[in-house]
Amino acid sequence: MAGKPLQAPAAGTGRDVAVQPPGERKIRPRRHPWRWAGVAVLAILAAMLAHSFASDQAFDWGVVGQYMTAGPVLDGLLTTIELTAITMAIGIAGGVLIAAMRLSPNPVLSRVAWFYVWLLRSVPLLVQLLFWYNLGALYPRLSFGVPFGPTLVSAGSNTLISPFAAAILGLGLHEVAYMAEIFRGGILSVPHGQTEAALSLGMTRRVALFRIVLPQAVRVVIPPTGSEVINVVKGSALVSVITLTDLLYSVQKIYAENYLVIPLLLVAVIWYLILTSLLSAGQYLLERRFGRSLARTPRADWRPWRRGIPPREAS
Amino acid sequence: MNNPAAEAHEPMVRAVGVHKSYGHVPVLNGLTLDVAAGEVLCLLGPSGSGKSTFLRCINHLEVPDSGYITVAGELIGYREQGEFLVEAGERQIARKRAEIGMVFQQFNLFSNKTVLGNLMEAPVRVRREPKAEVEERARANLRRVGLAGLADRYPGQLSGGQQQRVAIARALTMRPKVMLFDEPTSALDPELVGEVLDVMRDLAADGMTMVVVTHEIGFAREVASRVAFLHQGQIAEIGSPASVIEHPSHERTRAFLATVR
Repeated sequence: MAGKPLQAPAAGTGRDVAVQPPGERKIRPRRHPWRWAGVAVLAILAAMLAHSFASDQAFDWGVVGQYMTAGPVLDGLLTTIELTAITMAIGIAGGVLIAAMRLSPNPVLSRVAWFYVWLLRSVPLLVQLLFWYNLGALYPRLSFGVPFGPTLVSAGSNTLISPFAAAILGLGLHEVAYMAEIFRGGILSVPHGQTEAALSLGMTRRVALFRIVLPQAVRVVIPPTGSEVINVVKGSALVSVITLTDLLYSVQKIYAENYLVIPLLLVAVIWYLILTSLLSAGQYLLERRFGRSLARTPRADWRPWRRGIPPREAS
Repeated sequence: MNNPAAEAHEPMVRAVGVHKSYGHVPVLNGLTLDVAAGEVLCLLGPSGSGKSTFLRCINHLEVPDSGYITVAGELIGYREQGEFLVEAGERQIARKRAEIGMVFQQFNLFSNKTVLGNLMEAPVRVRREPKAEVEERARANLRRVGLAGLADRYPGQLSGGQQQRVAIARALTMRPKVMLFDEPTSALDPELVGEVLDVMRDLAADGMTMVVVTHEIGFAREVASRVAFLHQGQIAEIGSPASVIEHPSHERTRAFLATVR
């Protein structure tokens, strides 16, 4: 006799006894054997990779550690951070401007903004960087004065546009085009009724945009902007072609002399990983900050393993 | 013309021959109408009859194709220059709109601001009034609509009825000369309609000039000074609630009232 049957037919009635209330029966969670198989396969692969990393001569972790904080590398890192910060500042300020122009009822502004985005998104960033770097070949002297009239200030292009300035122009103006589209999307995501309410209270379109619409658009704009910052961090590595010593170019210069290519590239990889990880954390904090006004319920715990567990009662 | 107080008989809102079409579809067909100061005018009519469009023309959210509207004796959206009406600049229109309160069907509270922030934004930013003064007035208006305790909430945390009462308080904090209501109860659950109508009834009793687009026939009958029935962008019938609602003379009015009752 293998245990007693769950349901015994009720004598005489010809039908089963009423099923017990569900609360009194134990539920056994579904098993997921394939997940465990998957974990096992991944664990083996990870172990192989780690073993190769640790034992392969080419990686040479000692050299990596030695160059992580070498002066030229830190200088390059600083240049990359500066480039990213300035590019994003230009991108955000210019992006708001171009997006506002694009959505303006003024057809001249709107078309100029469209043209800008079309042009700057169509030409590869690498080409734009080379173009700014070589601007001196096109316009040997840059001058400021009355159009078609006398010149007030004039300077040689190559003295005015250093590699750093060329990098800022190239990265910044390119970024403006992408940020403009991100802001345009954000602005369009705010219901039109918000603008109408602002106008009906006597605000001008500009005040309505800056006081009412943009603050609400920010919430939508943060995730793609976070991606853009990370793109700029990595995209800034392109400036090595115009001889600007950023993180990548600084390690390239070192391995050109000592031929320790892989360890030095690893130095760059690790620094890029650290930068993007910090930026992702910053993005998370920003999103939390700007989600406040929409929170109907207390927000989810940031620790994934705590989700679904009710927060402790305040006592 | 520029000093309405000097001419007490000047209507608060005057619309003369207002035309508006969307593409080839005419929405307003030469609508002419006066609203006296202190009057509550309810606009009834089937959808597409031009009620909301007319209301939005009053504060120039819609621009009429021809015809003009004055509020408190001043042209809205234009200035007079000899025999011409010259389109006004944005600032001039904005200044005029600040005197006209509007309540929307979808509330349109600023979702990035608290209730108090919603009320204070325009008086402080647009009129540059001192904050303390505005806050006092804002809190008084919140008490008036029965929401004194919710000043620090965000709109998303309020019920529809509460949001609409905040929207009314927000418009009132600008001390408008006229209040426009665009189907203020149409987006509300039936049990929340009453609280909003109560606030509006209270406003009417206080002598506020109101133009109300509504489907609440009961409210119109009880509160309106006059009721206008719109049909195909024109006023088909206008008069006291008793005459228009109880004894409609126009065929279309009768048909419409039969469907909403």
